[in-house]
Amino acid sequence: TKTSQVLNTDIRDLFKNDGRLVEDEFLGELFARLVRTDMGAGPAGRIRDDVATKFRGRKVEMEDILATIRDQVEAMLTQESAELSMADEGPTVILVVGVNGSGKTTSIAKLANRLTQEGNRVVLGAGDTFRAAAVEQLTIWSQRIGCEIVTGKPESDPASVAFATVQKAVDDNFDVAIVDTAGRLQTQTHLMQQLDKIRRVIGKPVPSAPHEVLLVLDATAGQNAISQARGFSEAAGCTGIVLSKLDGSAKGGVVIPIREQFELPVKFIGLGEGIDDMAAFDAPMFSQALFSDSLGKPE
Amino acid sequence: MFESLSDGLQSAFKSLRGKGKLTEANMRDGLKLVEQSMLEADVSYSVVQSFMQHVTEKATGRRVLMSLRPGEELVKIVYDELVEILGPVDSSLHLKSDGITVIMMCGLQGSGKTTTCGKLSQLLKEENIKPLLVAADLQRPAAIEQLRVIGRQLDVPVYAEDGASDPVKVCQAGVKQAQQEGARVVILDTAGRLAIDKELMDQLARIDKRVKPDQVYLVVDGMTGQDAVNSAGAFNEALELDGVVMTKLDGDARGGALLSVKHVTGVPIKFIGTGEHFDALEPFRPEGMTGRILQMGDMVAAAREA
Ligand SMILES: Nc1nc2c(ncn2[C@@H]2O[C@H](COP(=O)(O)OP(=O)(O)OP(=O)(O)O)[C@@H](O)[C@H]2O)c(=O)[nH]1
Ligand SMILES: Nc1nc2c(ncn2[C@@H]2O[C@H](COP(=O)(O)OP(=O)(O)OP(=O)(O)O)[C@@H](O)[C@H]2O)c(=O)[nH]1
Ligand SMILES: [Mg+2]
Ligand SMILES: [Mg+2]
Repeated sequence: TKTSQVLNTDIRDLFKNDGRLVEDEFLGELFARLVRTDMGAGPAGRIRDDVATKFRGRKVEMEDILATIRDQVEAMLTQESAELSMADEGPTVILVVGVNGSGKTTSIAKLANRLTQEGNRVVLGAGDTFRAAAVEQLTIWSQRIGCEIVTGKPESDPASVAFATVQKAVDDNFDVAIVDTAGRLQTQTHLMQQLDKIRRVIGKPVPSAPHEVLLVLDATAGQNAISQARGFSEAAGCTGIVLSKLDGSAKGGVVIPIREQFELPVKFIGLGEGIDDMAAFDAPMFSQALFSDSLGKPE
Repeated sequence: MFESLSDGLQSAFKSLRGKGKLTEANMRDGLKLVEQSMLEADVSYSVVQSFMQHVTEKATGRRVLMSLRPGEELVKIVYDELVEILGPVDSSLHLKSDGITVIMMCGLQGSGKTTTCGKLSQLLKEENIKPLLVAADLQRPAAIEQLRVIGRQLDVPVYAEDGASDPVKVCQAGVKQAQQEGARVVILDTAGRLAIDKELMDQLARIDKRVKPDQVYLVVDGMTGQDAVNSAGAFNEALELDGVVMTKLDGDARGGALLSVKHVTGVPIKFIGTGEHFDALEPFRPEGMTGRILQMGDMVAAAREA
């Protein structure tokens, strides 16, 4: 493969005419390409320095170098299982959290649709009782999917809606309950504590719940996503990431340092505003897209 | 991050001590740290590059004032430059003295457009100016209802057509409605869209062309990363923006994307959003934002200790 060719390049390459000399300009360009993915200046600098150590003064192709980096990213992001953890018996309970506008409600709709199509009976919990028309938004999705929804009054306690949803899932033998929450910033201590309360409350009808706490990250986000992953993991015990809005020109490279620091697996990616625009996370595909113009299409 | 930046700056500034002039060589380490700090704040790579070049040119050969240490001098140059780039301040909505002023909000999905429509209405109401909101997002489920709820909460009229499919017509009808109701400002809440979505960008350009809003504001999420240059550039190309609002700055995002947006659009930054409530809108202040992007309070302190 190309990868092993690059890794096995040796001093003889100096005498080859093709390729580019690895010197400051090349390394600067590489650094720029890496930073643009939002992986952060730290990781980008480490990768650049690593390339400098191995290849400085030799001739290589930028594409080959990027290919080895892709392979490294892929290896790092490959997870044992990107599957949802399901309850051994009784309903599986999924809690969905994240900052304002990241794509929680839409991701829930996509997930519910997916699970319904796989033959599960799904009930949604409209746990965002704060934002204007958040309940209506999720209700419309539930109608389109044809699944049940539990709602509370505006401004009512989100924990009680979450409880009612999970209780209904138990009483009526649903397979999956997915609970929406209002967007919040990880720095808002009291709102983060509310997530802990929701967690505890849904553990009453189903002691093993929640089986998943999915953090929805906007792929457009930069380095603040690291702080989001930290804050939400601490407050809500996240078990996985949904990386939304990957259909845009943003790369979502920030999941690389997040994965390094928190070992949170990316489970799904969002690829649009429609109900079917969600895919299971695929490390090779993601890595491939990191340095290309659009998903899967090399530059 | 901050620990190392602070430590790093101290040692970088130490090597500057006692030198009479700033040179490329004696500033190198300090500038590297500034560069890294800006990247960590999500300023786009290309924007950081041109900024660093600019600052280096500006600073090179500058005599260090007796009252300042070399490190402080460098920090001051960086700070002043950023303040200048992010300015000038213009938080005016440029309302017409007579007739209706139409303001259009646009931006990526979930950036905070609809909420900011509410905040602007609140601002106008405080000035005894009557606004009318137009529900031109026909895309997102319950987007119309969201605007209606906001209208009810603020006691501001909302023009909406359930089941409509052409936002251009809705906007035109909304402006007519404003004339009948005697509203002075019309705020158009458009659907979120990706800058690379040609069809939806064309739709936005069509609204722009047919409804001719007086002010077009791009609403940018304060947490945005490197892609800000691409998206802001595309919106500006399609619409000729008049201003920018950056939202969600009540958290710990450093908001460096604002520098990228300013760099590619050149339009004034109008307001920052600092919360979900309608009063959480502040006129933009370049000094505050510069301090935030650079964690400057800390950097100034670091320079002083060196
Ligand atoms: N292009 C694109 N848009 C998306 C995607 N996921 C969500 N969106 C859009 O992003 C916007 C915000 O999505 P929501 O699902 O309402 O986000 P949220 O996190 O529930 O927002 P709050 O409840 O207000 O915090 C909507 O306009 C969605 O249609 C995606 O994968 N791609
Ligand atoms: N913390 C905080 N949240 C904000 C701010 N501005 C908006 N939000 C929240 O961000 C989320 C998205 O806001 P919207 O106004 O619905 O965003 P939008 O751009 O209209 O979204 P679409 O119409 O789906 O594209 C909501 O949860 C808002 O309450 C802000 O300044 N700070
Ligand atoms: Mg929501
Ligand atoms: Mg909206």
